[in-house]
Amino acid sequence: MQAQTRLNLSLLHQDQALFSPHLFLVTLVITPTRTILFNYSLSQKRTLYLKNLAFSSKLQFSARENIERKRRRTRGTKMAFRAMISSRATQQSKWVPSAGVARQMSSWFGHVEPAAKDPILGVTEAFLADPSPDKVNVGVGAYRDDNGKPVVLECVREAERRIAGNLNMEYLPMGGSSHMIEESLKLAYGEDSDFIKDKRIAAVQALSGTGACRLFADFQKRFLPDSQIYIPVPTWANHHNIWRDARVPQNTFRYYHAETKGLDFSSLMEDIKNAPNGSFFLLHACAHNPTGVDPSEEQWREISHLFKSKNHFPLFDMAYQGFASGDPERDAKAIRIFLDDGHLIGCAQSFAKNMGLYGQRAGCLSILCDNEMEAVAVKSQLQQLGRPMYSNPPVHGALIVSTILGDPELKKLWLQEVKGMADRIIGMRTTLRENLEKLGSPLSWEHITNQIGMFCYSGMSPEQVDRLTNEYHIYMTRNGRISMAGVTTGNVGYLANAIHEVTK
Amino acid sequence: MDEANMRVDRTSKSDSERRLSTLVRHLGASCSPSHTSISTEQFENSKISLSPMAAFGSVFANVVQAPEDPILGVTVAYNKDLSPLKVNLGVGAYRTEEGKPLVLNVVKNAEQSLINDPSRFKEYLPITGLAEFNKLSAKLIFGADSPAIQENRVATVQCLSGTGSLRVGGEFLAKHYHERSIYIPVPTWGNHPKVFMMAGLKPMSYRYYDPSTRGLDFQGLVEDLSAAPEGSIVLLHACAHNPTGVDPTPEQWEQIRQLLRARSLLPFFDSAYQGFASGSLDKDAHSVRLFVADGGELLMAQSYAKNMGLYGERVGALSIVCKSADVAGKVESQLKLVIRPMYSNPPLHGASIVATILRSPELYHEWTVELKAMADRIISMRQELFNALQAKGTPGDWSHIIKQIGMFTFTGLNKEQVAFMTREYHIYMTSDGRISMAGLNSKNLPQLADAIHAAVTTM
Repeated sequence: MQAQTRLNLSLLHQDQALFSPHLFLVTLVITPTRTILFNYSLSQKRTLYLKNLAFSSKLQFSARENIERKRRRTRGTKMAFRAMISSRATQQSKWVPSAGVARQMSSWFGHVEPAAKDPILGVTEAFLADPSPDKVNVGVGAYRDDNGKPVVLECVREAERRIAGNLNMEYLPMGGSSHMIEESLKLAYGEDSDFIKDKRIAAVQALSGTGACRLFADFQKRFLPDSQIYIPVPTWANHHNIWRDARVPQNTFRYYHAETKGLDFSSLMEDIKNAPNGSFFLLHACAHNPTGVDPSEEQWREISHLFKSKNHFPLFDMAYQGFASGDPERDAKAIRIFLDDGHLIGCAQSFAKNMGLYGQRAGCLSILCDNEMEAVAVKSQLQQLGRPMYSNPPVHGALIVSTILGDPELKKLWLQEVKGMADRIIGMRTTLRENLEKLGSPLSWEHITNQIGMFCYSGMSPEQVDRLTNEYHIYMTRNGRISMAGVTTGNVGYLANAIHEVTK
Repeated sequence: MDEANMRVDRTSKSDSERRLSTLVRHLGASCSPSHTSISTEQFENSKISLSPMAAFGSVFANVVQAPEDPILGVTVAYNKDLSPLKVNLGVGAYRTEEGKPLVLNVVKNAEQSLINDPSRFKEYLPITGLAEFNKLSAKLIFGADSPAIQENRVATVQCLSGTGSLRVGGEFLAKHYHERSIYIPVPTWGNHPKVFMMAGLKPMSYRYYDPSTRGLDFQGLVEDLSAAPEGSIVLLHACAHNPTGVDPTPEQWEQIRQLLRARSLLPFFDSAYQGFASGSLDKDAHSVRLFVADGGELLMAQSYAKNMGLYGERVGALSIVCKSADVAGKVESQLKLVIRPMYSNPPLHGASIVATILRSPELYHEWTVELKAMADRIISMRQELFNALQAKGTPGDWSHIIKQIGMFTFTGLNKEQVAFMTREYHIYMTSDGRISMAGLNSKNLPQLADAIHAAVTTM
């Protein structure tokens, strides 16, 4: 009994600092379940309901609380056994050389639940496992040529040839490659930007777009611990994970208009107005992911104006500069409008898509400051956040970016290639829409060509998507998002036909 | 909020301004020769002539400059020194006899074959990284015949070198393990406590280095770990302890293992120097394999920065040895949830190089030869330094120079002696008395011996 008590006390003494329960997950997970319930029989509904209940009750608690609940359930035998062992161990004042077999009888990680599959990357996994010869992958956002093959840009191959064997692989400084940062800033802020000349931008190399967002979220948490982040609905799913793991509370603002499959501009402005002054907003600079719906230039100006009067902070996530319209300058228009209006912005840049550097994880986080002194301070703090995450960023991708952007010939080649990619996608949008209209679809498909960038928010329901997958071996995320990069002249007809079949 | 910011600015301006202008001058000196440092007037003027948003000001206006990294600060000071005799014994990156950084031949070959392969693409790796790399890395550290591997009990994920592996492991433990305390040896690599704190763990310490013997404080280690709460996490340097170079003997490792298992303490190994310490990959993995052999669980952070010279490519792996294959599967799935919101998936280039080398018997063999050469050069530098000090009759026992192992030597010199050596002899090292043996060569070693002798006899 005494040993049992000792063990109970040791449980209480554990550090009780719990991270906040993932309440938003409840709404994200429960809602889809409710919408599909009507398709099931009564007994199926009941089973689902019970499972859902168990799952949702689990969701009320944090991971650590769930561990405790499970432990309490299996208390009897396990605890008594462990109590017996621990009492022996604590009675020993000195270690005694024994047989040496690990005392631990069961795994410390036996309670770990299998994690749910990533909704986006899980699609590709399913696609790869499908043996059908007709299968089409319009899931993950990685560019494919018209043969459905991945592409390494010529400018990238040439850059790699120049790099290999000529340079050492020493650590980059904590903030990353200064040459790469310089070129990244010119691309985002403009070649002749005064802010660059005045050294007012605090910038560090980051692990592609994800890493840049995460660094900003960590920075926001550390220096403005009471702030929150406003995230558009919908958005790239990982945005929620990033700010959650950085422990910054999240809000949402309305963005997508389901009826028009366009921008819900009035609701957007209303939400911006209703947010408390000085709120932090995540804005997609161009080619909104997953909808492909961007504000017009006029709308961006109005948004900027409203931001000014509310003193909101805009963080631009720019993952598709050049890739959306084919012209990097045009794709940075929103950012330039905000800069002209005098905003002090943040910008998360990625070279994954526009340079095809996906796996190299090349990106940049920049924050425009009041003056050079402040930029120096902010950059030093951003470096302090990178140090305990990965010490310093990977060199290879950075060298490719700086080699290409720093050489006029290679940069020209890159601009041509990125326009080529954008044009192919725009062409596929046109073809897909034409095909659907030719098939006599009663629905309007003009959103396919109105939307921009890699993704098309088709407006299809999860059930329709499931039919596409099960009956036609077409793989995409269940929110109806089609990666146009996966559409080719070879499969656009098949795709149009399938979409028509499930939506008519 | 805005007024508060500006108020804070005015009161703290002089302090931070001084620090900042120093830093700006540093950065200006290394980045652009034409840059002029900002004077007080310019600073004040720049505050006034701002953008239209000046009325509101930046939300980050009261962010203070972070202190310089103590290790990288040594290199900054070294770069500013104009003396031709200067020696950099600060940061731990390998240097050749000529004082140059080294890209291993086997790495160059691997890189060339990757570049020349037109079928290679740069797509996203899976969240867990390059699968082949993961398997080969686990085999490298645990041994190809390890029962844990054969029973599929190891979850391995590619991470960003040692730092990234430690951080991902730490965050996983903070989410899924029942204890938050992690016991860290004193002293240790400066970044360790920061990594674990950011991960959500609580760093505690255990005695490790004994300044009087310049060796292991084994009794202190045992006492402190015996007093640690059951289930606590314990950070262990697998070999070539950084910064002291002091490692437990195989017998001491066995005693440590028994102690940890008896108290159900969870071992978290940091292996940054496998093969680099003794020259033998298997020998340097001995401590880890001892723990795996008893069937228990552990975490292992692996780095290829030094032993393959891949520093800037950020290549490493985190392995979690579990009790069963089922648990290992679930653990791997949860590791993905830690990684995805951090950087989605790891960088491709370095891992591809490692996989190319490890999968080919010829390249692997070539690597072991080059690795042994690096380790041997460092061991010979240790011997030469020891001999030089003996020949000079420098007072004190300097045998720890040859007893310690790996890239670093904890000389036992104090702050004042180090400052003296920097001033008079242009020797750059961290103020804790740590020298990076990799920075030594036959040309600068006599100078170091002179400097140590002078420091010890005059201070």
